[in-house]
Amino acid sequence: MLRIPCPFCGPRDHAEFSYEGDATVAYPPLDASREDWFEAVFLRANPCGAHREMWHHVQGCRAFVVVERDTLTHEIKGARLAHRPTAEAIQ
Amino acid sequence: MSGYRLPQGGVVDRARPVSYSWDGRPLLGLAGDTLASALMADGQQVLGRSFKYHRPRGVMSAGPEEGGALVTVGDGPHREPNAKATQVELVHGLTAYGQNAFPNVRFDLGRANDIFERFLAAGFYYKTFMGVGRGTRAWMLFERFIRKAAGMGSASREADPARYDVVNDYCDLLVIGAGPAGIAAAEMATSHGLDVMLVEQDFALGGSLIGSAESVEGKSAAGWLGERVAGLKGARVLTRTTAFGLYDSNVVGLYEKVTDHLPAPDPSLPRGNLRCVRPARVILATGAIERPVAFGNNDRPGVMLSRAMSTYVNRFGVAPGKRAVVCGNGDSVYADALALAMAGVQTTLLDAREAPSHELVEAAVAAGIEVHVGRLPIEIRGWNRVRGLMVGRFERDGHARPEREVACDCVGVSGGWSPAVHLLSHRGNRPIWNAEMACFLPGVLHDGVAVAGAVAGNWATGDCITAGRAAASDVVEALTGSRPRAVKAPDPGGWANPLKPLWEVKVRRRRLKSFVDPQHDVTTADVQLAVREGYVSPEHMKRYTTLGMATDQGKVGNVIGLALLADALDQTIPQTGITTFRPPYTPIPIAAFAGRARGAHYAPVRETPMHKVQDDAGARWTDVGFWKRAWYHPAHAGEALDEAYVREARCVRENVGMVDVTTLGKIQVQGPDAAEFLNRVYVNGFAKLPVMKCRYGVMLRDDGMVLDDGVTWRFGENDFMTTTTTAHAATVIAYFENLLQTRWPELRVNVASVSDQWGAVAVAGPNARKAVQAALAEGDISNEGLPFMGVIEAVLKVAGGEIPVLIARLSFSGELAYEVYARSGHSPAMWEALLARVRALGGSAYGTEALGALRIEKGHVTAAELDGRVTLEDAGLGKLASTKKHFVGNVLRKRPDLTRDDRPQLAHFHPVTEGESFSVGAIVCESGKVEGHGIGWITGVTASPALRCSCLGIGFVQGGYEAWEGREVVLADPVRGYAVKARVASPHQYDPKGERMHG
Repeated sequence: MLRIPCPFCGPRDHAEFSYEGDATVAYPPLDASREDWFEAVFLRANPCGAHREMWHHVQGCRAFVVVERDTLTHEIKGARLAHRPTAEAIQ
Repeated sequence: MSGYRLPQGGVVDRARPVSYSWDGRPLLGLAGDTLASALMADGQQVLGRSFKYHRPRGVMSAGPEEGGALVTVGDGPHREPNAKATQVELVHGLTAYGQNAFPNVRFDLGRANDIFERFLAAGFYYKTFMGVGRGTRAWMLFERFIRKAAGMGSASREADPARYDVVNDYCDLLVIGAGPAGIAAAEMATSHGLDVMLVEQDFALGGSLIGSAESVEGKSAAGWLGERVAGLKGARVLTRTTAFGLYDSNVVGLYEKVTDHLPAPDPSLPRGNLRCVRPARVILATGAIERPVAFGNNDRPGVMLSRAMSTYVNRFGVAPGKRAVVCGNGDSVYADALALAMAGVQTTLLDAREAPSHELVEAAVAAGIEVHVGRLPIEIRGWNRVRGLMVGRFERDGHARPEREVACDCVGVSGGWSPAVHLLSHRGNRPIWNAEMACFLPGVLHDGVAVAGAVAGNWATGDCITAGRAAASDVVEALTGSRPRAVKAPDPGGWANPLKPLWEVKVRRRRLKSFVDPQHDVTTADVQLAVREGYVSPEHMKRYTTLGMATDQGKVGNVIGLALLADALDQTIPQTGITTFRPPYTPIPIAAFAGRARGAHYAPVRETPMHKVQDDAGARWTDVGFWKRAWYHPAHAGEALDEAYVREARCVRENVGMVDVTTLGKIQVQGPDAAEFLNRVYVNGFAKLPVMKCRYGVMLRDDGMVLDDGVTWRFGENDFMTTTTTAHAATVIAYFENLLQTRWPELRVNVASVSDQWGAVAVAGPNARKAVQAALAEGDISNEGLPFMGVIEAVLKVAGGEIPVLIARLSFSGELAYEVYARSGHSPAMWEALLARVRALGGSAYGTEALGALRIEKGHVTAAELDGRVTLEDAGLGKLASTKKHFVGNVLRKRPDLTRDDRPQLAHFHPVTEGESFSVGAIVCESGKVEGHGIGWITGVTASPALRCSCLGIGFVQGGYEAWEGREVVLADPVRGYAVKARVASPHQYDPKGERMHG
């Protein structure tokens, strides 16, 4: 069981979360080119080591949380809210 | 008969006899016994039969590493096979049986296998019968016999009647193992105010100190233990609790036996607790497991680990025999031999080393022990019991030369100690080989995990205690900021003279039968055979020989097997590598993982607020995800589904019907940018949706596939409610939250699920307006007052008063229809009020089966069609897509492969021959080409009163119905075994212009 430090709820079991994919992907604007969208939707790196992942605290506060996790050791270095304005407001 | 109860000694309660039965015979033991110690005290020697060769086996250890005394405990549904007698606590009324033997373990006909041992070596199963004759009846016959002969106990086939609980635990420090190191650690951390859990698999605390004669910090072992345990008052101490796994984030899985040791447990107690602990810090004080040496017939009943022998003497007051030989290669056997000698057992000690410490030898000789240095055990004499031991010494080339036979009735063996690093292995910590001590020590540890005591290679009790306190000091410092006192962890070690590594005793020109893994009958010859056949990696050797794959998971045999593999390959042990230990450390009942989530509690049940009123009226129910939905409403008790749903569907088409649609997902979308948000999410325009209007919309995923559809209502400038399909309710709100939090943080929009806040009923049919209007106290639903896709607030007359409702004029069935929403608490009254008006007109309630029939007739899609592989065009919804705005999925939906004309598209299907039928899941094939994936598939089937056919299908066909009009296809169903000729038609056969719902 991974323990994810939710910025709102504190450390919680990963079973409360659902994995929502690679948090390093920047989605292009809705009117971007097909190539940009293809890259954002389909092309993924498979990093060994430090990585940023998106987790949804779906059984908790329902925040999307960017989790820094090592894909090799499963160590979690930290987590922040994905929603920047809220993250800044609670700082 | 060789074991017996000593007149004194041990920590068993001699005043409390315990009655139990072994193979149906009543026996007596003492409180504090294990089944193994009680049977040994009774002189029972053959307790089991081996896995493959059916060799007689007795007690080999005093713990979870047991490979010989595997027994079946309990009766009927409570029967538990392969219990280790060394771990079964003796309790009044315990019933235990020998296993894997016929007629019993003392006289077993299966022993013939031992004679045919040559044909049953490692891998025999794949070789002996895989040549000529494979697949024939002869092979099948062989296989049946082999399967029956090889094996362990058999599990009960009945459901486990016991109840288990899953418990969530938190603490500052979890200490695993309550030997001297663990107790010292837990006491120190507790005394500094930490919240400590101490867990111990045994039923007693103390580990190696239980019954020990050694003095500890100037006190007797019992005195020291008593004082320390008194200091644990503030800690949570769990005995009979095994830490079976160490997981990511240092989460630990525990299994606590709650009632197995109680003769008449309180029925409200669970049998066991599966505890999931999330400790801030973990200290492993798991100790070390002694390992044997492979020599001839080292599996005979009466041969056991050296430390097990002294444990039976010291802790249980049981001697394993009258004349013992203790064989070892290190200092630890001297204490065992002393314990035996003190108990009056005539003891001979063989030390494989040429020059052990003088003090040790002198002390042993002084106690009357015959000590032979530089001597090895070569082969046991005797079949069901030990009669003697052939002793020899090393020759120069590493073989042993037999010298003489020593008469004895029990033999203790020690080949060294293996630290119990299993839990660290679960976390992926590779242990490191220590050549001097001939064992694997813990390697680099994860943050928050520490080791103390024998698991870290501290062999002296004093060092273990210091190590425990040092580890606890580190934890106290890390969690409180102040270090209690300067305690330095001792270095590994503690023996006067080093161990002489010894794995196998070989004799020239003679084949000894020497077991490495007694539980799986793996011999040294099997390991060497594996090497000859090319299985040179430890992982391959393990799987080929099955070494370490029995219920003890290689606790005694793995390191020997590895050393033999290294030897055969002429490598060092670190070069050879190590296999990975995996959870669980000891077997755990599977039912414990389920806890109470069994039967009705396996999954949640969702009922709409109108469940009871429908159920009281006789509705039949069906499962839709977690929801219970009314399947059909029988008009009379005998009305069956097929009859009822056709009647209900016809009633909607011709008169009026009503259905509970509460299960639809409902999401409140609010905020200044709500319209903009919906406009980006839906393929069609929502920015200009007028207030108090609703609109059907479809949303796509980023990749251009349809995600979901539904109707969105606008209550105000900044206030919307979006409905989703029942199946996708949870997906859609998560998707909205994702977009708002991660992609468009600038949008000022809040979304909230209101699915449970509203109850909803759809009233449909030509008389729907009449029925609903009659039920209203306030509200005009005439064509002018409530035009198609309009929304109004109204007041409904119900029994005893009036309730506010929302009414939208929208239609899933294709008829004139209204969806009426009331607060959840009001909705049973709403159901009854509307049903009275519907019934007054001759109408009826309808269920999901009729709902399905109506939507299939109408060609409306549901989650069955929108399965994630379907584009807007495939679903026949291409015209909805706006060309005036950008929306999610709009770019990638135009990928070339998604815009091909020959993609499977929505269509209706009719059997060519009236009376034939097909089912959901049938594959659409071209005539004459019933093969492969075909050209489409069927997603829904119904009888259609409106289209006057007994079988109407909806599904997909390549190129859509236009490509197949006038041609026959075949609906093949290889699973159910039929193929039906069908014709393809437009999915919009019924009221294609939609005049009925606009009426």
